[in-house]
Amino acid sequence: MAIRERLSGNEAISFAIKQVNPDVMPAFPITPSTEIPQYVANYIANGEMDTDFIPVESEHSSMSATIGASAAGARALTATSSCGLALMWEELYVAASNRLPLALCLVNRALSGPININCDHSDSMGARDTGFIQIYAENNQEVYDNFIQAYRISEHKDVRLPIMICQDGFITSHAVENIELLEDDKVKNFVGEYNPENYLLNAEQPMAMGPYAVSNYYMETKMAQNTAMQNAKQVILDVGKEFGEMSGRNYGFFEEYRLEDADYAFVIIGSAAGTSKDAVDKLREEGMKVGLLKLRVFRPFPDIEIAKALSNCKAVAIMDRSEGFRSKGGPLGSEVKAALYDYAKNVTAFNLIYGLGGRDFTVEEAEGIYKELAGYVEEGKSFEEYRYIGLRGESYSVTRTGQKGSVNDIKSERV
Amino acid sequence: MAATDISKITEKSQWQDLTVGNQIYGSGTSKAFHTGEWRTQTPVFASDKCKQCLLCVPVCPDSSIPVVDCKRQDFDYDHCKGCGICAKVCPFDAISMKEGQ
Repeated sequence: MAIRERLSGNEAISFAIKQVNPDVMPAFPITPSTEIPQYVANYIANGEMDTDFIPVESEHSSMSATIGASAAGARALTATSSCGLALMWEELYVAASNRLPLALCLVNRALSGPININCDHSDSMGARDTGFIQIYAENNQEVYDNFIQAYRISEHKDVRLPIMICQDGFITSHAVENIELLEDDKVKNFVGEYNPENYLLNAEQPMAMGPYAVSNYYMETKMAQNTAMQNAKQVILDVGKEFGEMSGRNYGFFEEYRLEDADYAFVIIGSAAGTSKDAVDKLREEGMKVGLLKLRVFRPFPDIEIAKALSNCKAVAIMDRSEGFRSKGGPLGSEVKAALYDYAKNVTAFNLIYGLGGRDFTVEEAEGIYKELAGYVEEGKSFEEYRYIGLRGESYSVTRTGQKGSVNDIKSERV
Repeated sequence: MAATDISKITEKSQWQDLTVGNQIYGSGTSKAFHTGEWRTQTPVFASDKCKQCLLCVPVCPDSSIPVVDCKRQDFDYDHCKGCGICAKVCPFDAISMKEGQ
């Protein structure tokens, strides 16, 4: 019988950590993820779990110590946000290339500068090419569920890659919502014990980890790593299905919300999917065929699956909560557009930026974008892409009219 | 996991044949890696001048001065990188550095 509770996102993931009871957690506090090590430290002090908690002097050290613990053979994790993740930069690649299945609880927050403690995805999107698996959540229930699935994915023998479990700073991490928790024994049984085949503290078999790999070996190593990331796709689906059988909550690469017959859709990550779903429901009542694809797994990137899910849409708005500074939109826009170019060229796609540094994103704004998509397709109205939603003053945008893919139809002084 | 046979991991190995994360199982495998190939200067041992004080042995960063029955032997040129610290530390001019391998 599921346990009904009301918890914040930070409380939810900390509760999941307690239930999984990993071996080692080095951490350094940074808003808005600070509560995670705080709650875990409380659980340990109260004798409710026996994880070794290591207070360290920086995030560079917390990721280094997490790597060390994982290399030694421990199930390890840490938590951070924003500049904390940026300070881990070097180690993120080391964790991935050494194929260490550690977990990172990331609470998404804008990167400095200007200094800002609120939510956007610039921290994790900046780390998208480090070799970490990245899984995002819309709400505290998904954060809890994602963490319980984390080690089953990362420790799988075909994968063995570090995993980042992301949630939106404050919006998810600090807002208290109803949640269904699983019983301890169910969680422990699902996650299982960690018994690595090779680890540094194994006296029976000495080993070396992280050796120098010159030009003759580096590309082969990267291909092996990339293959592990490719393998993670099936493992994520299998684990999501098994989790669904246990909990009644199914998980795949993404959620398709009223997308099946939708003419106009959003592609969006995180808590703003909830806001956009309200807009979808409202417009559906008015008879508009609108839907939404909420991306859960960003690494590995499910390109074919996304293209397939969007292939019957007439126009799509790809919503980025981070700036890519390619002057033409964000990272989600780049990758989804690449997937559509490869596998579903008929779908018109626009890239919009919203919610940077915690800027509110409203149901009304979402509704307006859906209506603009319809206006572009059905009435031949122009659509301004690359623009910032909710910005005061005019955005740097490019206006597109007519058919997709025709440079003659672009109207901008700053193409 | 059996010890890694690093002689089988070469510049001709395909990516599938590398170990996960390039991990190397087993100990002492660096013996098979001949760092002596990097040498541009080479120490030469004059056994007639050597008093077997053994000052050169602990300062060698590459453990390339083998000792048998308390007596140092000639250099392990498979691993000596030619740093010259031994020649500097020898009080009896029993080690000289020559150019090249």
